[in-house]
Amino acid sequence: MKYDIILCGVGGQGVLSVAAAIATASSIEGLKVRQSEVHGMAQRGGAVLSHLRISDAEIPGDLVPKGSADLILSMEPLESLRYLDYLKPNGSLITGGDPYDNIPNYPEIEGLHESIDRLPKSRIIPAKELARQAKNPKASNMVLVGAASSTLPLKMESLKKAIELLFQRKGKEIIEKNLHALDLGANS
Amino acid sequence: MNNLALLGDEALALGAVDAGISAAYGYPGTPSTEIMEYLQRIEQQKGKPLARWSANEKAAYEEALGTSVFGKRVLVTMKHVGLNVAADAFVNSSLLDIQGGLVLAIADDPGMHSSQNEQDSRFYSEFAHVPCFEPTSQQEAYDMMAQAFDLSEELHVPVMVRLVTRLSHSRAAIEVKPARTENPGKKAPDMKQWMLLPAMARKQWHQLLQKEKKMAAYGETTPWNPLTRGSRTGLITTGLGLNYYKENMAEMEEIPSHLHIGYYPFPENKIRELASNCDEILLLEEGDAFVEKRLRAILTQNITIKGKLSGDLPREGELNPDNVRGILGLAPRETLSVEKMELPGRPPQLCKGCPHTDTYLFIKEVVAERKESLVTSDIGCYALGALPPLMVPETIVCMGASITMAKGAAEAGMENVMAVIGDSTFLHSGLTGLVDCVSDNAPVTIIIVDNSTVGMTGGQETRLESHRFPPVVEGLGVLKEHIRLLNPLSKYHEENKKVLREELDFQGVSVIIAVRECIEWLRKQKKGAK
Repeated sequence: MKYDIILCGVGGQGVLSVAAAIATASSIEGLKVRQSEVHGMAQRGGAVLSHLRISDAEIPGDLVPKGSADLILSMEPLESLRYLDYLKPNGSLITGGDPYDNIPNYPEIEGLHESIDRLPKSRIIPAKELARQAKNPKASNMVLVGAASSTLPLKMESLKKAIELLFQRKGKEIIEKNLHALDLGANS
Repeated sequence: MNNLALLGDEALALGAVDAGISAAYGYPGTPSTEIMEYLQRIEQQKGKPLARWSANEKAAYEEALGTSVFGKRVLVTMKHVGLNVAADAFVNSSLLDIQGGLVLAIADDPGMHSSQNEQDSRFYSEFAHVPCFEPTSQQEAYDMMAQAFDLSEELHVPVMVRLVTRLSHSRAAIEVKPARTENPGKKAPDMKQWMLLPAMARKQWHQLLQKEKKMAAYGETTPWNPLTRGSRTGLITTGLGLNYYKENMAEMEEIPSHLHIGYYPFPENKIRELASNCDEILLLEEGDAFVEKRLRAILTQNITIKGKLSGDLPREGELNPDNVRGILGLAPRETLSVEKMELPGRPPQLCKGCPHTDTYLFIKEVVAERKESLVTSDIGCYALGALPPLMVPETIVCMGASITMAKGAAEAGMENVMAVIGDSTFLHSGLTGLVDCVSDNAPVTIIIVDNSTVGMTGGQETRLESHRFPPVVEGLGVLKEHIRLLNPLSKYHEENKKVLREELDFQGVSVIIAVRECIEWLRKQKKGAK
């Protein structure tokens, strides 16, 4: 089993937490993981990309080759379209539907959604609204992990355990809200 | 602590701890910063090793020499361009009789994710005549540390370990080994070998050249430079080039004969052996064409060499699993064929509410009033003010250059010359430039944007707190009435403009200190306090 994921969004949207959640869940299932992150200058409000590779065998490198990603999981519609070259011909794309508009030339949202809808396997998730329902506006990213849960080669149980581990230090309430966000995403 | 998922930086740090370091010194710089941050977390938990940021890379390296002279193991960390600052100490240190193992962990940034150039530190290791290890995985980053320290003590030389961004900032699980204990403190037995007066330095230079033979012999036998026989195509990989070869290997018709270089000086005999059975040599090097450039000198026969210099691989940027396919004889991978939309870029920018934005806004308006002006700037978050919409800084070169370039421009006759520099950069390399400005009474206006932290690299401590800056500047001889403190908030916008106008009109050295905390740093402080 080999599963390559491109995670993307804008600096500050929680891409690294998504990577950590999926990577931790994979480790819980005894799988090997390699995950490349973006730190430093590139991160400040700019486009952020993380490569996450899961496998039951040795993983040769940290980068996903073009045409090899099983999944693009994006926090935001514009960013979801930036890395299509990485997607396998039958790969899936899941993205948050709400634009993160911090540039003067952000495209029309309808056009972006149309482009996403044209892809063979794509889903747009109202992540912001679902996070609001989970009473944790910051948890849009966990809504998206939930939305990807049926596509990922991982058990829901492992994802939940991973979230509990990641938010352990922040207390029970935050854990519950993030688990709720995960569930709302999974049922979306 | 088995099976930890660590960044390459963190794996290296843990490797250094388990190799028995007593101390670590460094200066923050992407992609190396997380090495020291990890060590500081270990220090907090366990009380050791001593893990300290220094005022700059040269200071860090020299502090480490002090650890070594007392027989203890020490790690120095910095980014590639940091070694330009530490080069004086580094290059000379190879002549010393290193006692406690001294390892320089250096992180290069091919592709310039967060840097101003792509310089390849392997050239520095050769220049200084010191060995260099180059890991290709988090596990190797951990494992190589023990050997780097052992070799440093065996040959009494500093040793370099070179990381690149992709390894520094990628996570994988590693297995750890039993930790070695620290060295006891013991002064170097022969202090003559630590004094580089010409007569003694000549002896040390002679010795280093003898040591260099041992370094080369190590390269021929170390398992980090494995040679395997395959087809009549010879492949040499260095650094992450190995990973991208492995990624594509299954699709290749024939498995080439292969030498991987994980240790330098690279094994010349093994290269000759590889070439003697091959018709052509392919090179996958992460970084500059370091080995490729030297290959012609080693191989006297007529043999085809393909790599970056021959144009078979891109010379700029990083290698990746895709751009190595051509040289390996593979076609590009099939990707999704859909009509692609033209997408606008999303470059990094100053955070919302960043104090630097307000500083640049008042500078911008005053600049617009003047017929001629120059705004030199420096390395840090505030360099992002060069991008739209602010577009205020006009030069960004290297740490500290804002002040000294401003002096040169002002002395060449330019009017209204301003230097914008951050608090940490000022302490790193700005002080000496200010001394020059004061000595010559240069008509420059230096604007220290003091946000109380090293912002760009994630909020490390600045070596001096904000209230210490005015006395430092005054102590260097700037007139008190031309040291102006202000708060870059929009409500003081007009007042701040007035201050800048006054200081630009003054034909001497002015220092404006714009003090307001980094909002990211504030957020972190609040989080920490919870």
